[in-house]
Amino acid sequence: MATLEIRDLHVSVEAENGPREILKGVDLTVKQGETHAIMGPNGSGKSTLAYSLAGHPKYTVTGGSVLLDGEDVLEMSVDERAKAGVFLAMQYPVEVPGVSVSNFLRTAATAVRGEAPKLRLWVKEVKEAMAALQMDPAFAERNVNEGFSGGEKKRHEILQLELLKPKIAILDETDSGLDVDALRIVSEGINRVRSTGEVGTLLVTHYTRILRYIKPDYVHVFAGGRIVESGGAELADKLEEEGYESYVKGGASE
Amino acid sequence: MADVQNTTGSTTAGSIEVGTAGAGAQLAGPGTGRTSVQQPIDARVAVKPSFDVNDFPVPTGREEDWRFTPLHRLGGLHDGTAAAGERGEDKVEFTLPDGVTAETVGRDDARLGKAGTPVDRVAAQAFSAFEQALVVTVPKETVLAEPVKIDVRGEGGVRFAHVVIDVKPFAEAVVVLNHTGSGTRAANVELLVGDGAKLTFVSVQDWDRDAVHVAQHNALVGRDASFKSVVVTFGGDLVRLHPRVNYAGPGGEADLFGLYFADAGQHLEHRLIIDHDTPHCRSNVAYKGALQGQDAHAVWVGDVLIRAAALGTDTYELNRNLVLTDGARVDSIPNLEIETGEIVGAGHASATGRFDDEQLFYLQARGIPADEARRLVVRGFFAELLQQIGVPEVQEQLMEKIDAELESAV
Repeated sequence: MATLEIRDLHVSVEAENGPREILKGVDLTVKQGETHAIMGPNGSGKSTLAYSLAGHPKYTVTGGSVLLDGEDVLEMSVDERAKAGVFLAMQYPVEVPGVSVSNFLRTAATAVRGEAPKLRLWVKEVKEAMAALQMDPAFAERNVNEGFSGGEKKRHEILQLELLKPKIAILDETDSGLDVDALRIVSEGINRVRSTGEVGTLLVTHYTRILRYIKPDYVHVFAGGRIVESGGAELADKLEEEGYESYVKGGASE
Repeated sequence: MADVQNTTGSTTAGSIEVGTAGAGAQLAGPGTGRTSVQQPIDARVAVKPSFDVNDFPVPTGREEDWRFTPLHRLGGLHDGTAAAGERGEDKVEFTLPDGVTAETVGRDDARLGKAGTPVDRVAAQAFSAFEQALVVTVPKETVLAEPVKIDVRGEGGVRFAHVVIDVKPFAEAVVVLNHTGSGTRAANVELLVGDGAKLTFVSVQDWDRDAVHVAQHNALVGRDASFKSVVVTFGGDLVRLHPRVNYAGPGGEADLFGLYFADAGQHLEHRLIIDHDTPHCRSNVAYKGALQGQDAHAVWVGDVLIRAAALGTDTYELNRNLVLTDGARVDSIPNLEIETGEIVGAGHASATGRFDDEQLFYLQARGIPADEARRLVVRGFFAELLQQIGVPEVQEQLMEKIDAELESAV
């Protein structure tokens, strides 16, 4: 069973006046089949955690370890992490002009699976996954994220999640900017992937709204660059009522 | 891609000048009885067009039209030393569909020099020094089923060439001129597109790394004729091409497409002039280039003149550059001069962008290795332009060439 172990993770970014520490000792274990919600106020470092796990070059790991089934994730390049089974659904997916969605998906699937998927099966697989996310087939011929609406970008991220079948899925603010219908469709997509029991999910979110559709096994409150409280789904209810104020006031957040 | 107006070490300049065609302005073109006129774009070219090399002083590099070109890498094409040196050979192979003729003719053939006149010393040198010209003729109303192919393989040395592609009225042809091998080459290519005719002319510069190639392409587009130029430049140490379009009658259309990929140390220069002196003609220019490596240098200068007589003109030009690594340089200069307001449209755009780290991260985060990600983006960048060519066979062949280039270079 796949397990992601984050131990005492410290991460800095280059700021104007030298490096600034954002993550100040994160400990978290995510097992295949589990869903963990990471919740926190703006600036608490929760997106930094997501991007650091995927290997974004902007972030420098200054301490701690991240192991996936015992393998050192921090030693891997960005594409090696993806091949090892780490997937990051991004809050702001990037436009790639001139590269069609269908070409992009096939290239990514070929890279992650280690061989080109058989064309006929692949076409069927993509078609079904797109239909489930209520995406127009013409979408496949558009350039990656170019001119996509907020909802289309997020559906496209979840489409990749469904096709690439990672061991660990990190979903960064996937719910932001979505209307209720789009949120429902995207959440159903995430739930389809979760229901296979083969993915550990790290759901990074500011709002509790998405948790009405996706029931987490664990909720962690993130503030000041670390996890300050952990609990079950009931912790989300408390946050819904009380907000993050008590965590911020406590001086945990910057 | 994020469009950045100024990538480090690159310029993106441009100008739009609107002149006034008042009573004092005597303009050239049909009906004016004049053959030349001092215009700002013309004025930048120091010397009047001429077939005689001796009418041009040896460029020093300070002239507007030579300022980007490293003269010492021209193999003496500009100063007479190449002409005085030893001649090399080209191996030329033809694919001629039924109905087409290809002839080798002498310097005195009456069909030469109709489409335009050399505008710089190297083009005039080529015209003054070539020994035999190639004339390809597509007879009137002949619609070719397949492309004409001319494969030129340079086998070293210096050569001056002259090519005439004469597409007679209402004929339709695709002509592919493919350059490989090595040597120092200067040429004039004349493209005569008869009234109502259609010509797609593809010039591929797939030279060995050490080749030098300078050529002027003169297109004369007939009444209601349609001309497409596709220029693809990958190889060579220094390539400088000068596609020019003139219109012989109203209703003509010209589409000029270009792709280039400059590797470390390569100088690839494309200078275009479209001279709208005839009413109701259309032109569209789209050139895209990618660069990588230390001292990869691309120069693109696009000049469009809309003279006072060119009522109803519709023109647009675009240049996009994608810089993949540090150390590369782009100079991109679109110029548009308008002497009449009675036009359909005129515009230009130029942008130089970097393949940015966020794009790379996004693709890598989906398991795609960095080099493959770069290839994917450049391929997409070029494919967008190739799709506009409208000749599937040519598009496929060019895509294969691009893939081969990317496979070996990126």
